[in-house]
Amino acid sequence: MKAYLSRRYHFSAAHRLHTELYDAARNQVVFGKCNNPHGHGHNYTVQVTFSGPIDPVTGMVVNLADLDAFARTNLLDRFDHTNLNLLDCFTTTVSTTENLSIEIHRIFAQFPLAHLEQVHVEETSNNSFDFAGSAAPALGRI
Amino acid sequence: MIFLTRKAEFSSAHYYWVESWSQEENERVFGKCANRNGHGHNYTLEVTIAGEIDPISGFVVDLKAVKDILEAEVVSVYDHRHLNLEVPEFRTTIPTTENIAVAIWRRLDGKIPGAKLHRIRVYEMPDLFADYYGEP
Repeated sequence: MKAYLSRRYHFSAAHRLHTELYDAARNQVVFGKCNNPHGHGHNYTVQVTFSGPIDPVTGMVVNLADLDAFARTNLLDRFDHTNLNLLDCFTTTVSTTENLSIEIHRIFAQFPLAHLEQVHVEETSNNSFDFAGSAAPALGRI
Repeated sequence: MIFLTRKAEFSSAHYYWVESWSQEENERVFGKCANRNGHGHNYTLEVTIAGEIDPISGFVVDLKAVKDILEAEVVSVYDHRHLNLEVPEFRTTIPTTENIAVAIWRRLDGKIPGAKLHRIRVYEMPDLFADYYGEP
């Protein structure tokens, strides 16, 4: 039987929306207060969804201990209490949550023990973003 | 087609254990979930039903009927019980969140008049949940 397991992780990070391709005035117009020079921060929530057959012996799609260890090493140790703009993944792209979602999808797609369906990233309780890679989410999934 | 979701809650004990494995193997795979004294969670169940809106009542399904079915088929069986020891389907399968979602699907499938079961979502805690859509 195919089932879907979702796990949520939390990290806090600083960022600033700014691109060298715009001048200062244009950055301020496009990004507003998110362009303030010294940055600001959020408590981010990341929700990752994996799918696969339920192992008939363990009853699991994925062993949470394995997933949590992977998230600790590859997500939390890398992003929590950092400035996102200083990370390698944001040297040429703006640290919007859209771009962050793509980077987080790239990270969890490398988890070897289950199939990543999609990532959901909440920047605040009012803003969230979903990314399922190049494939569109399966029809009927809500 | 419109989707309607009803929540219910139950609080239960469980543990993870494979009888054919040694204690060491159970503890290696399941960690502290293998403690045979059990532990517990406040589970939240979300049942999503798909159907068409009745042109007269405006309902997809009578929510009171759904509430009563959830109570009879799931909550009264699982709530304040030890899943491994007191719920028949978990005598032979481990009550992981995934298996609980499948078991609830089987308990509810075909029982809701006039609508189709779409998804069972079971939260073991706010940061962990499993979904089952009846897929083989």
